[in-house]
Amino acid sequence: MARSVAIFVTCIVDQLFPKAGLAMVDVLERLGFEVEFRSAQTCCAQPAFNSGYQDEARAVALHFIDTFADAETIVVPSGSCTSMITHHYADLFAGDSKTMERVNALTPRVFEFSQFLLGQPNLDSLAARFPHKVTYHDSCHALRELGLKDAPRRLLGLVKDLELVEMEAAEECCGFGGTFSVKFAQISGAMARTKVDSILQTGASHVVSLDSSCLMQLRGALSRGGHKVETLHLAEVLASRG
Amino acid sequence: MSAPDSAIRQTLADANLQLAIYSNTGRFKDNRVKAVAPDQLPEYQDLRTRAAAIKRHTLAFLDVYLLQLENAVNDNGGKVIWASTGEEAAEFIVKLAKDRQANLIVKSKSMTSEEIQLNERLAHNELEAVETDLGEYILQLAGQRPFHIVAPAIHMTRHDVADIFTEKLGVAHDTVIENQAMTARRVLREKFLTAGIGITGANFLLADSGAVVIVENEGNARLTHSAPKIHIAIAGIEKLIPRTRDLAVFLDLLGRSASGQTLTSYTSIVTGPRRKGELDGPEEFYLVLLDAGRTKLLADPDQRESLQCIRCGACLNACPVYRKIGGHNYPWVYSGPIGKVITPALQGKENNAWLPFASSLCGACGEVCPVKIDIPGLLIKLRKELVRSDPADRSAFRVWAWLMRRPVMYGLAGRIGRTLLRRMPLGFNFGPLAAWRSERDFPAAPSKSFRDCWKERKK
Ligand code: SF4
Repeated sequence: MARSVAIFVTCIVDQLFPKAGLAMVDVLERLGFEVEFRSAQTCCAQPAFNSGYQDEARAVALHFIDTFADAETIVVPSGSCTSMITHHYADLFAGDSKTMERVNALTPRVFEFSQFLLGQPNLDSLAARFPHKVTYHDSCHALRELGLKDAPRRLLGLVKDLELVEMEAAEECCGFGGTFSVKFAQISGAMARTKVDSILQTGASHVVSLDSSCLMQLRGALSRGGHKVETLHLAEVLASRG
Repeated sequence: MSAPDSAIRQTLADANLQLAIYSNTGRFKDNRVKAVAPDQLPEYQDLRTRAAAIKRHTLAFLDVYLLQLENAVNDNGGKVIWASTGEEAAEFIVKLAKDRQANLIVKSKSMTSEEIQLNERLAHNELEAVETDLGEYILQLAGQRPFHIVAPAIHMTRHDVADIFTEKLGVAHDTVIENQAMTARRVLREKFLTAGIGITGANFLLADSGAVVIVENEGNARLTHSAPKIHIAIAGIEKLIPRTRDLAVFLDLLGRSASGQTLTSYTSIVTGPRRKGELDGPEEFYLVLLDAGRTKLLADPDQRESLQCIRCGACLNACPVYRKIGGHNYPWVYSGPIGKVITPALQGKENNAWLPFASSLCGACGEVCPVKIDIPGLLIKLRKELVRSDPADRSAFRVWAWLMRRPVMYGLAGRIGRTLLRRMPLGFNFGPLAAWRSERDFPAAPSKSFRDCWKERKK
């Protein structure tokens, strides 16, 4: 019997980057999983949490917990949203022992996409091919909160004909930062351009990341600068057969 | 008060300044990474854990240790001055200088004195205070405040310095750094020999021995606390650590975190005035312990952690925002991530309300902090307090939270939003969308959301 996984596609992938979500489904199915999408899902609550609206964040987090309470495994195509759930729900519900029990029961079953994939024994069956020069952008929360530095690179290493070139500023923030990107647009934009310069120096044709929010920022800055480099979610690369 | 947008715009547009900030902080940042790498310092993470634990413990028992420190300083023949404000600290110094007829004061290594604008207060009383560290000296001549908490003139090029020296000291225009250092040295040696008082800061205060620890690379602090007849050290009360034997933990971390140095060139452990039979050292020693809001911060369980800071500057070098806007666009002497946290706490939240929001919460600061201050977490807590006074923003988030708990409505709202964006790809150019587009393009909205695609897929 095929093992089943629930996916939480995140609001930004759902609304703006459905291709990344579909690619993730494709990859999971190729590895033999039965994928379940719970239509009650919306957002992980991070926008409110980061902006200082803890009550609103709690309400939305509870909705997430209710939605996924009985899911065995939850896979998320975002380091940032995963970290919100696995690291910061505990901040939100500290002192509320009843909810904390539910949080503690849930969080060990939530995985960022690359984190989850790397634990699978049959990665060869992916048979991904992507004959391009690619550079990888470390998204901040995946890197610093989840410690995902090697996992995405190792996965890229499995892709046939893919050439990975590291950029110098790989670990530097792209400048997105949620509401920061619009509240402090000029600083955010300047940060994005630094990142773009670093991407361009590699000569890569694609920049890959685990987070669609970073990719939206980078894509926006790349296209504003008139650069041809394309942005892709890791799932899209792994789903590709060249 | 809102962010100084036009000053920030100017900084961002100044290509030379951008290069200076980015490359200088980048060098510090890279050196730090190398210095704490597992092959260099395998116990690095343990040291951080210990340093944080020691600081936390000290803050929890600060009252006890401060009194222990005072006793030890007395035993060494010095005197502790308790200053609840910068004004009180300055008053004491002015009075002492007048009493001892010391009109010239040399200074070294003291962000705390910058914090209380000591130089201005002394000048106001016809006392001349001269900064003796090269960077600070250049800034004093130029009339600027520190740009960075450990490398105050990091934004200046040797050409800038040549201009300033020619204008202020009347020396020939010379852009060779070594010659500039020699010029400063010539001027400053004279000052050291004639000054009646030397004022230093303190990196650490040792409660058990009553000692003041000062680390530096230039050696000016050494001259400042030993050449004049009177040495005044001025430090915030949080600079304390309980035992001399704990110092090693912090010295292992401080230089490496600041600049990648295993140890700075000089580490002075000053135990008060000259004793009987000793040949040198000052005749009088005073330790000014400054509160200036720190006890209030100590009483705030949400923000107390920021008092653990040892002012290494690593968070500034790691911060992508600091590396763009530089130090002078922050409202106070403490810039960068730690400035964002302690400025609202010590200088008032309302008039510095923009600071905690000027962060992408990337976490680079928390990652490099040698005493494990969770700066992003502190920023979020500050935001929590500050949003109370923004009703429009709050309403927006209320609506958002309502929507996010109603999947069908959320799906519908998404569809409407995407349809409008598709029909008018460049429309709705106001609010957040306009702000976004002022710097970059907004992606084309897909006709179907993931959930739409999923439904079709399952049919
Ligand atoms: S907050 Fe941490 S990293 Fe920043 S200056 Fe203080 S000790 Fe250094």
